[in-house]
Amino acid sequence: MSNKNDNWLYIISPKKKLIDLNLKEIWYYRDLLILFVKRNVITVYKQTILGPLWYFIQPLFTSIIFTLIFNNMANIPTGEGVPSFLFNLAGITSWNYFKECLTGTSNTFAQNQGLFGKVYFPRVIVPLSVVLTNLVKYAIQLLVFIGFYIYYVFFSETLVTAKPQSAIVFLPILIIIMGFLGLGLGMIISSMTTKYRDLKFLISFGVQLLMYGSAVMYPLSYFKEKLPNISWVVEYNPMTTIIEAFRYMTLGVGDFSLVKMLYTTLICILIFLIGLIVFNKTEKSFIDTI
Amino acid sequence: MEKDIILKVENLSKQYRLGLVGTGTLGHDLNRWWSRIRGKEDPYLKIGESNDRSTKGNSDYVWALKDINFEVKQGEVLGIIGKNGAGKSTLLKILSKVTGPTTGEIKTKGRIASLLEVGTGFHPEMTGKENVFLNGAILGMTKMEIQSKMDEIVKFSGCERYIDTPVKRYSSGMTVRLAFAVAAHLDPDILVIDEVLAVGDAEFQKKAIGKMQDISNSDGRTVLFVSHNMAAVKSLCSRAIVLQHGTTIFEGDTHDAVDFYLKSDVANDIAHYVNETPESGSDILEVSMRDKNNNITGLFGFDDQITLQVKLRITEDILEYGSLGFRIKDKNERTVFSSEINLNEFVKKDGVYFSNIEFPKSVLLPNDYRVIIGYHVPNKKKIRSLFDVINFRIEETGTIFHKYKGVDFGCVVLDCKWSMIAD
Repeated sequence: MSNKNDNWLYIISPKKKLIDLNLKEIWYYRDLLILFVKRNVITVYKQTILGPLWYFIQPLFTSIIFTLIFNNMANIPTGEGVPSFLFNLAGITSWNYFKECLTGTSNTFAQNQGLFGKVYFPRVIVPLSVVLTNLVKYAIQLLVFIGFYIYYVFFSETLVTAKPQSAIVFLPILIIIMGFLGLGLGMIISSMTTKYRDLKFLISFGVQLLMYGSAVMYPLSYFKEKLPNISWVVEYNPMTTIIEAFRYMTLGVGDFSLVKMLYTTLICILIFLIGLIVFNKTEKSFIDTI
Repeated sequence: MEKDIILKVENLSKQYRLGLVGTGTLGHDLNRWWSRIRGKEDPYLKIGESNDRSTKGNSDYVWALKDINFEVKQGEVLGIIGKNGAGKSTLLKILSKVTGPTTGEIKTKGRIASLLEVGTGFHPEMTGKENVFLNGAILGMTKMEIQSKMDEIVKFSGCERYIDTPVKRYSSGMTVRLAFAVAAHLDPDILVIDEVLAVGDAEFQKKAIGKMQDISNSDGRTVLFVSHNMAAVKSLCSRAIVLQHGTTIFEGDTHDAVDFYLKSDVANDIAHYVNETPESGSDILEVSMRDKNNNITGLFGFDDQITLQVKLRITEDILEYGSLGFRIKDKNERTVFSSEINLNEFVKKDGVYFSNIEFPKSVLLPNDYRVIIGYHVPNKKKIRSLFDVINFRIEETGTIFHKYKGVDFGCVVLDCKWSMIAD
């Protein structure tokens, strides 16, 4: 009897391991991942007239409003030779990517209850598909950003001295880090909400508050100058570093140092790992508690 | 012999917590976590009761499944039967990895695919074709596999014309057809099927059951089939297990299992009534449904003998004009038939009597029925009326109608005189 145990294909048992990420299985389900991404992208704006144009409209209008209120009215400086509209667009685009990753993954279990209750597939496929979907959106929005950049440099009368820095080669890494942070936080929140619904309320206004603490519509240096006592809240927020770094890479303004990047990367990876562990623990039995 | 075993379930148990998830949950969670870091056993695993819904237990934890053991051989079609709440669905969920077991293991040598419900993950905004890809991928097929079976799937569903139209424009029947078509073309080593799959109109059901039969009969395919339909179990399965309150109470040949299920006291709690506060004069003392061996049961096969037994006390004053009657109602509150007797035709002396009422055989079709009993002096005095005390069910054990589902054939089948004469 005992020598037979070796040739079982797999064993279903109560979960004990901390991280039980079956990469082979995820690879097997890669088609599903792609189909989910496709579904997410094409179904969002089905039966709308403007269709994918909505991807552009939302960040554009937010940037215009931000420019009017924070720069024209409240006179927040955006740096020498950097149009405040471009400054805001850079911040909003990146912030949106993080925000959508976070909110999109944070209701993984609640939203897919019906599906998860009936069929098995590696659950992590769903949050992954959300992040990939947002990556597509982000890419489209980056195009808009580049478009306006070109417009300001070549066709605008205002003097634009903003220049992309050589550090821009690290942009893909920055995007990956941002995705990891959103995914990690989202997985933690989605796992916790299966049992304790309290977090659902936190996330809706928490994300909004977090935006004000992430240097989206103001430069970190200005915040430090005005509110030196509480500036550490913004300074040690990993999203601040990411957004500042993004603006430094593309516009040449902002706070960028290797030490801070390293710190942020570590934090993001840590949060991602915690998210993975919590998600992993939840996925096997959440259907009983949700 | 042993080499043939493809699936092995060992001491499988699943515990559920009853009641609301509330503030107490956090306390229990912390307690659990505390005993785990001290290396002790989960304190809540020791408690827990068997999952008998009808009695109120004193523990918040119940075992939906307790120490289930069975083996399935390569190519075998195993039926899993039991009444609602016996643990069938929980077992299916664990087998299909939707939820994990509390203790115990399932070992398998093949890929398990389960059809607990068709059409999971269908997106109304996407076209039929896109949904076939998505649904197939969710069920574990690769894009290549789906591509190669696409024509077959579309043909089976009978939705050729609508295949490039968003699913939200489909009739509900078409959606189900398409969904079933995808599911039916899965190709795993072990297939877990829930009987509720047979959906749609009569024509499509025939097709669906036929397809399931094909799947089950094809070489080397191992199937676990869960059903309430005893006729389907009998025709598809070679072996069956019977579950009750989360434990296996029978395992063996399908015919024996079906008989055991019907004969066991699985459902006798609804088929027996004892009047705990009888009047001192005339009254009904006890009512029960009996099978041919005079055992109490609420489950009958279609061609079983069904007897309603009423124990009553008859006093002098009502001997002459008193009568006892009953009505059989179906679950839609329609009265199926009634019957009544005048007591003086049967008894001449006061006393306590057992009245045995044998129903005509093979007349009531498979369904749930309710018995209403009246003991009275017509138009003068009600002695006792019993409304909601006795229920019984007739199981499908092979009527001519067993191949259809969801079609209303009424409640009784009558022995009509058929003939065929060549022109």
